[in-house]
Formats: sequence, C-alpha cells, structure tokens
Amino acid sequence: MDSKEKEIFGILQENARLSDKEIARMAGMGEEEVKGIISKLESKGIIIKYKAVINHEKAGIDTVQALIDIKISPERSTGYDSVAERISKYPEVQSVRLVSGEYDLSVLVLGKTMHEVAYFVAEKIAPLEQVRNTVTNFLLKSYKEYGEIYEAEAKGKRLAVSL
Amino acid sequence: MTVIADRVSQIEGSGIRKFFDIAQRMEGVISLGVGEPDFVTPWSIREACIFSLEKGYTSYTSNWGLLELREAISDKIYEESGVFYDPEGGILITTVVSEAFDLALRAIINPGDEVILHEPCYVSYKPCTVFAGGTPVCVATGVEDKFELRAEEVAEKITDKTKVIILSYPNNPTGAALSKKDLEEIADVATEHDLIVISDEIYDKLTYEGEHTCFSSLNGMEERTILLNGFSKAYAMTGWRIGYAAGNNAIIEAMMKIHQYIMLCAPITGQMAAIEALRCDDETDRMVNEYNRRRRLMMAGLRELGLSCFEPKGAFYTFPSIEDTGLTSEEFAERLLMEEKVVVIPGSVFGDCGEGYIRCSYAVSQYELKEALERMGRFLDRL
Repeated sequence: MDSKEKEIFGILQENARLSDKEIARMAGMGEEEVKGIISKLESKGIIIKYKAVINHEKAGIDTVQALIDIKISPERSTGYDSVAERISKYPEVQSVRLVSGEYDLSVLVLGKTMHEVAYFVAEKIAPLEQVRNTVTNFLLKSYKEYGEIYEAEAKGKRLAVSL
Repeated sequence: MTVIADRVSQIEGSGIRKFFDIAQRMEGVISLGVGEPDFVTPWSIREACIFSLEKGYTSYTSNWGLLELREAISDKIYEESGVFYDPEGGILITTVVSEAFDLALRAIINPGDEVILHEPCYVSYKPCTVFAGGTPVCVATGVEDKFELRAEEVAEKITDKTKVIILSYPNNPTGAALSKKDLEEIADVATEHDLIVISDEIYDKLTYEGEHTCFSSLNGMEERTILLNGFSKAYAMTGWRIGYAAGNNAIIEAMMKIHQYIMLCAPITGQMAAIEALRCDDETDRMVNEYNRRRRLMMAGLRELGLSCFEPKGAFYTFPSIEDTGLTSEEFAERLLMEEKVVVIPGSVFGDCGEGYIRCSYAVSQYELKEALERMGRFLDRL
C-alpha cells in the first residue's frame, strides 16, 4: 500500500460511513482520486466489506457465541487448509483461524441457543475425519470487539473555554 | 489604602471573562474555544500512574524533578534535535510551561529590561513579563506574512535595554510555524545583539507541514536558548501539569532557585506518568494524524463558509478572518454564542493585531466540527 492508500484505509477503519467527499477533505485529496483508490482497494479484495459493530447485548438480540478449539490431523498434501476451508463454509461459523499452541484451529460459532451451538459442533465439526478433539468455550460477556470498547468510559468534562 | 499592588492592577482585567462564564454554563454548546486535546490520556500512561500510586510513590521529588524523567527528556531532545542537555543541571521539571515561562523571565529579567514578543500570542506572555518587572515590546505579525515573525522586524525593536526574544512556534492562536531558515535569521539577530531566546515549543509534535526545528539546535543557540516544553498537548495530559525547561546550567540553576521556594517540585504522580508518556510515541502519532484530518476538514468547511483563513501548519487552531462581517471579533464571538451556541475565541484576546480574527480549535470530534460549521454557516447567512 502506498501512503495515500494507507491514509484512506486509516480513515475508513475509524468510520466507513463517510462520504467520498468527506474522506477527500480529510485526506487532502480530490474526490475523484479517493473514489478511484477505494474502488481499486475493493476490486483487489483488500477491502472486503463494510459492516457495523453492534453491541448485541444492548440491542436485546439473544445470541450465543462459542470459541471452539479444534485439534486437527493435517492432510498430506493440503495441510490444514482443506479442513479449515470446509469449516469456513458453514454460515454459523463467524471466523476460522489457524493458531499455535495446544490446538490448531480457533473457530467462532454463532447460534441462537447454547443447544444449537453444541449441536452444531457435535453434528458438523466433531465428526470430520481430520478432527481429533474439540473444546467448546461459550462466550459469557463481550467487553471489546473490533477494537471498540463496549461501555466507553465517561469523558471528563472539558472547560468550554481554555486559552 | 490601595490594597492591590500596582504591578497587578496595571494588568487589564479582561472584559471577555464575562462572556466565557456564560459559555461555561450554557447547555447544548459546541465549543471551538478549547485549548486542550479532546483525547483522554492514553491508557498505558494512566496505568503507569496508577501503578506508581499502588507502589506508594506519593512523596516529594528532588527540586529538579525525578532524575529518571530528566534523563528520558535529555535522551528525547538529543534524539530529535541533536542537542544534549545535562540531565543533572540542564533540565528542570516544572508544573507545565506556564511555570517554566515565569521562572525563565524572573531568572533573567532586571527591572526595565525589554522583552520582545510576537503577537498574536498566548495570553500569559505579556502579563508574566510585567510581573517579572520587564517591559513587553510587541511585534505584530500579520496574515500577509503567514503570521511568521521576521528577523528584520525583531531587529527594528532592539534597544540597549533588550534582553530577551520570546518565540512560540507552532503558534497558539494562529497555527503558524517558522521554517528553519526563518529561525536561523532570528538566531543571527540574537547572536549579534547578545540576547536570550525563550522558545516555547509545547506544540512541536503537532506539526503537519514541514518539520519542526528545535530552536536550540541552531548554530550557537544552545547556550542562548531556554527551551520550554511539556506533556499537555502531545500526550493529551493537560490535567497532569508536567512541563520542563532545558538550557545552560547557569540559567536553569537560577530558575531552580525560584522553583524550589515557590513550587518545591512538580507532583510526583504526574512525573511518573510522564516517564511512561515518553515511551508512547505511537499514541502521539495516532492523535496527530487525527488532528491533521480535522484540520483539513475545518479548512475546507471555513472556505465553504466564505471565511478567508491562512492554512495553519501546526498546533490545533485555525485563525480565520471575520473582518468582512463588519463585526469586531468580540461582537462576532458573543453573537455566535448567543444565537447559535458555538464558542470561538475573539482574536483580540491574543493581542491588538488579533482583532478581526477568531480562533477556532479543531481539538473536537469530527461530529462536533461539522455541527459547529453548520451553525456558523447559519449565523453568517443571517448577518
């Protein structure tokens, strides 16, 4: 990425809802230039998607999330990739990451109830040939997601005037 | 009997204070009148302070300040500008630049000595000069010179009583900065007339165009310069009250003599936090990037409103002209507050040549910035 791309990327990561015009102003570039850079980043697959960060608890949306640690027997030719890709295809699965340590994959699963999540793991993940072992860790509470703290601290009141 | 000393009475009680009080109490106000970051002090700095309290660091420190902090400051100045200040004798930790400024003047000014300062400038320079027994000699800077102080204008003001030049770039309230070449010309004047330079560089990190040049790094200036800086702006630490002065050992020693009797030492809790702050350059970079975006946002907004404004190079202020409205800067600020609940600071507060301008701070969120500009637009349309 060059410095202009980095600057636009930085602005979007803070707030993806800004208009091209606003981004152009902040970055000190032309609107057309910004438009061009963003569509290039999108078409290259560097920017994948724009999503909202939602506090589910506050929204009153009842969901259950679990982090599943999975021990894998890697395959001869494809290693961890083929099984990881296979697990990724389920819509219940929010993220799939290969990690170092005792387990190999860390998978975040989203469901409506604990039962649904447990059932998904037992029915879809555990029986896979390459899966040797799973541990299901249910999420109890979220404090920070995507770099955003859920309960932002009270900002001290600044004086309206200071010279 | 006249109770109040003449020295104090002669300082004008600012009429603007009444207006500030109204602003302070009004609900729904958006303030561009702020002179401090809107960021909370980065967590690692706050955490270091909490840790120091848990460990029981609640005592006095040496009059000079904690040696570990002075060493870290000495390293930082050396790394950034190649000037070495002796952590034992060449650096004094103060309760911010305001105290350091007062100490510097009182350490070197004899009654009647003249102090050259450029306006518009921070509000305390002139009164502090008077309190120290000096005579302020003001040089007006204007938008045609991008609010930059010119060496020849300094030279014109020099008499046999001149002792000090005060420099404050990047500048509050204009956002102006001086290039290395401009600074070198001023340095030549200081050498030629054997003057001391007090350089307040509190906004040094908040430089958006070009690079900041530390005045003491210029040829021969290390001995002549009293360098003032602190943690308030770059690390969002205004409430911690930690600053410092660096200079030749004789001057710093003299400043320490006053400091030890009036302040004893800067608060240890703030000093512990400041040590951590010097390890937090990433946080500063993040904040500076954000200020820069807001600076551009505000400049574009002011242009759209039809207010002409010099493009600031540093600090977090814009200084647009409101001359075309036919209002004085105080009238403009007062009516904008009453009619649209937006606080701006009348330029006249910063010296006579600030008349016709307002200071608008962009140390506010992007949302507040846009809202304030919208309100200003409505106000201007009605005029």
